[in-house]
Amino acid sequence: MTQALEDYLIGQQDVAQLRFLTCGSVDDGKSTLIGRLLYDAGHVLDDQHAALTADSRRAGTTGAEPDLALLVDGLQAEREQGITIDVAYRYFATDRRRFVVADTPGHEQYTRNMVTGASTADAAVILVDATKGLLVQTRRHSHVVRLLEIGEVILAVNKLDAVGYSREVFEQISDDYTRFARDLGLASVTCVPVSALRGDNIAERSPHTPWYEGPTLLECLETVPTDGGSAPQDFRLPVQHVSRPDAEFRGYAGMVVGGAIRPGDRVRALPSGREARIARIVTWDGDVDEAVLGQSVTVTLTEGIDVSRGDVLCSADRPASVATHFEARMIWMSEQPLVAGRRYLVKVGTCVVGGAVTELRHAIDVNTLEQKPAVQLGLNEIGVCDLALDRPVAYDPYEENPDLGGVLLIDPETQETIGVALLGSALTQANHLHWQRIDVDKRARAALSDQRPCVVWLTGVPGAGKSTIANILERYLHGLGKHTYLLDGDNIRHGLNRDLGFAEADRVENVRRIAEVARLMVDAGLIVLVSAISPFRAERNMARRMVGEDEFCEVFVDTPLAVAEQRDRKGLYRKARAGAIRDFTGIDSRYEPPERPDVWIETSAHSPERAVELIVERLRFMGVLS
Amino acid sequence: MRSLRYLERLEAESIHIIREAVAESERPVLLYSIGKDSSVLLHLTMKAFYPAKPPLPLLHVDTTWKFREMIAFRDRAAAELGLDLIVHRNPECVARNINPFDHGAALHTDMWKTQGLRQALDEHRFDTALGGARRDEEKSRAKERIFSMRSARHQWDPRRQRPELWRLYNPRRAQGESVRVFPLSNWTELDVWHYIYLEKIPIVPLYLAAERPVVERDGLLLMVDDDRFPLAPGETPRHRRVRFRTLGCYPLTGAIESEADTLSAVLHEVMTARTSERQGRAIDHTNSGAMERKKQEGYF
Repeated sequence: MTQALEDYLIGQQDVAQLRFLTCGSVDDGKSTLIGRLLYDAGHVLDDQHAALTADSRRAGTTGAEPDLALLVDGLQAEREQGITIDVAYRYFATDRRRFVVADTPGHEQYTRNMVTGASTADAAVILVDATKGLLVQTRRHSHVVRLLEIGEVILAVNKLDAVGYSREVFEQISDDYTRFARDLGLASVTCVPVSALRGDNIAERSPHTPWYEGPTLLECLETVPTDGGSAPQDFRLPVQHVSRPDAEFRGYAGMVVGGAIRPGDRVRALPSGREARIARIVTWDGDVDEAVLGQSVTVTLTEGIDVSRGDVLCSADRPASVATHFEARMIWMSEQPLVAGRRYLVKVGTCVVGGAVTELRHAIDVNTLEQKPAVQLGLNEIGVCDLALDRPVAYDPYEENPDLGGVLLIDPETQETIGVALLGSALTQANHLHWQRIDVDKRARAALSDQRPCVVWLTGVPGAGKSTIANILERYLHGLGKHTYLLDGDNIRHGLNRDLGFAEADRVENVRRIAEVARLMVDAGLIVLVSAISPFRAERNMARRMVGEDEFCEVFVDTPLAVAEQRDRKGLYRKARAGAIRDFTGIDSRYEPPERPDVWIETSAHSPERAVELIVERLRFMGVLS
Repeated sequence: MRSLRYLERLEAESIHIIREAVAESERPVLLYSIGKDSSVLLHLTMKAFYPAKPPLPLLHVDTTWKFREMIAFRDRAAAELGLDLIVHRNPECVARNINPFDHGAALHTDMWKTQGLRQALDEHRFDTALGGARRDEEKSRAKERIFSMRSARHQWDPRRQRPELWRLYNPRRAQGESVRVFPLSNWTELDVWHYIYLEKIPIVPLYLAAERPVVERDGLLLMVDDDRFPLAPGETPRHRRVRFRTLGCYPLTGAIESEADTLSAVLHEVMTARTSERQGRAIDHTNSGAMERKKQEGYF
């Protein structure tokens, strides 16, 4: 038996694997379809069957029949609500193939989970309810499938039993979809009439659709190409980790995400551009004479060049590109909208750098495929933008190599993944912009005037008393002989920022410019006082990061909204309440109070003079004042 | 150019995940439960950092109710590989002598394992914990990300999982958060056995059939591993040829009758099995949402 088993197992090693996802609108029957595939492929074991029968009696929606959707809806909340919230991965096999199926949610709210499931798929099964036809979610999901370059699409026209197995209904929906898919640019679409509930044309050919001569769903899945297009041919190895067990050995560990490499091959390390030859390819199982696509290895180089995590080793003849500015397609995944100018972390391969969207070109209407102008991208919206990074990175366009062209946008505060960008071409003009080196620096300038520069940033709701305090503080510092400048939010809006309004994107840009000016002034050796509402935490923290940690003092001028509104010295709250001013902080635009300000001033308890004392105390502590 | 075979691809994916987890972590740890999945994870971790030694310790959250053979195997494995082994036992459980017989499976597991794990992670300030869980084990596991965030209180929020695209992971943590990493997410039970067979990975002998003293309770065949097992009047352990598909606390882990005393026989049995491997776990049977709830509370 051992020999037979061995032969069987060896044979199994070469059975191809297909990763696919099921998607489509809510209630189109995705979970039932997968349950049916697992069931018909004999992958429901006895104890699971018993649990299913019990669950079906308790929570099922199919009467006496087992509710196959319960095989995949694994979260309690999902079973209670009868919906799918998050993607579930299931594994099954037939004699011809093994399958990993990602069952993805249909609700628009959970699109980011659908995108998660789609990103690793070779093929997509898009379900349509025959009684409803194409819906917005059918189109949205098709769009994501196209964006992520999934080559094979199977349209499963489901619930055909509910329309009397009508050939006309099937053909109408197939025609509608094929037209939409052509406009979208989906290359390969196969339409199959099915009923997941009854098992028609899933694993077995249905007696109810004699007019249909195409393959069953399972036959489609067993025959579509598994590589999802052409595998990247040029050698790429993003370095994950530098291995230095002793003084002799220096290896670069990572996965080959393009092409192949052999000892002796010339490679270029990017972004530095230095070249060397591969000396050894080291694995636990011994050195190997070739590392191929998808393999995790450790390589050593013949020359000692500087390579670290985040760098990419490439074929010297056909290296990846290096750039800082890109055109990118973006799928946004956060409740906080994408706003041009706000700073994010960007992960490209194994490299994490700071960056920002410099321009949002347009959003895409998933229903009509129209490009529409947009100032921000909301949750689950798709758009095209310009992305600028703080320093050059190695990359390939997404179409050429998803491993180096698909990137994550990460919120630097929460560390959440808030969007993904698919990199297109580099925006070349920016590549020629360089920093000019200047010899006289901040320290030299500050030394001349015998002071330590810094930013004192006062934030608070309108009418909190920021400007009053800033004014007294500046008089005091001036009296000490310090060189100061007061940047007042209102005053700057009359000049530098007069082109900006009060929408979220404008507020972000307003604060970004103030922060940039403050940075320049600190660089010039000044003590800069900023008095600005600066409602969002992210931008205040950005301002902090622009200067040194010991050069920034955040002052929270804490006046409860009700008190500020009651004072209302400028009459602004009254106008805002009357609707004469829109996007007014505290009324119809939010204010995010600092969590850990350097100085916290409660104006109900502290006079402006006392507030200045508290700030001066802090400046002494920071070493700005002696 | 040759293309990778099926298990080679799974192996490469897991090594990539392990390296990524450790590279982005300040204090990583490998949660070592001594079972077959842990053995595979440990083997892959050795491969991931070769020729260096893995830069992370092993953590075993002990309940004092594991099979004796497991403990012996654990100590031998850590010593042979030259890795640091941290064994944590919840001191409150030690003091109160918490056990499955007097306190029930649920309380026993919650206090020893769930609370014990949280204590150990907090005590050593581990920010990244690698574990051997697989998505094909159970329905709520099938929904979990490879890099799965935990709040400062170690809780999993299935409604707020991070998007996880391609092979591009985001293990970054906000203040107080930690991340659990599951490099074997895409492996099936059969893959694990197949890999153990091909790579000749040592496993606890309890996975192979042998004559063992067992009693039958509530449909489970329980092995009487030491004299702490309270026998009912008239109940006597009988020697039967059994093996285990998963390993946990011996009073809570059901054996199956089997003749499979070699790895190849086990493989054959797994391929033709009609029940799933968690069938022998008393703790999962409370009801079908049990595992998800335990995970939300911080169970691995």
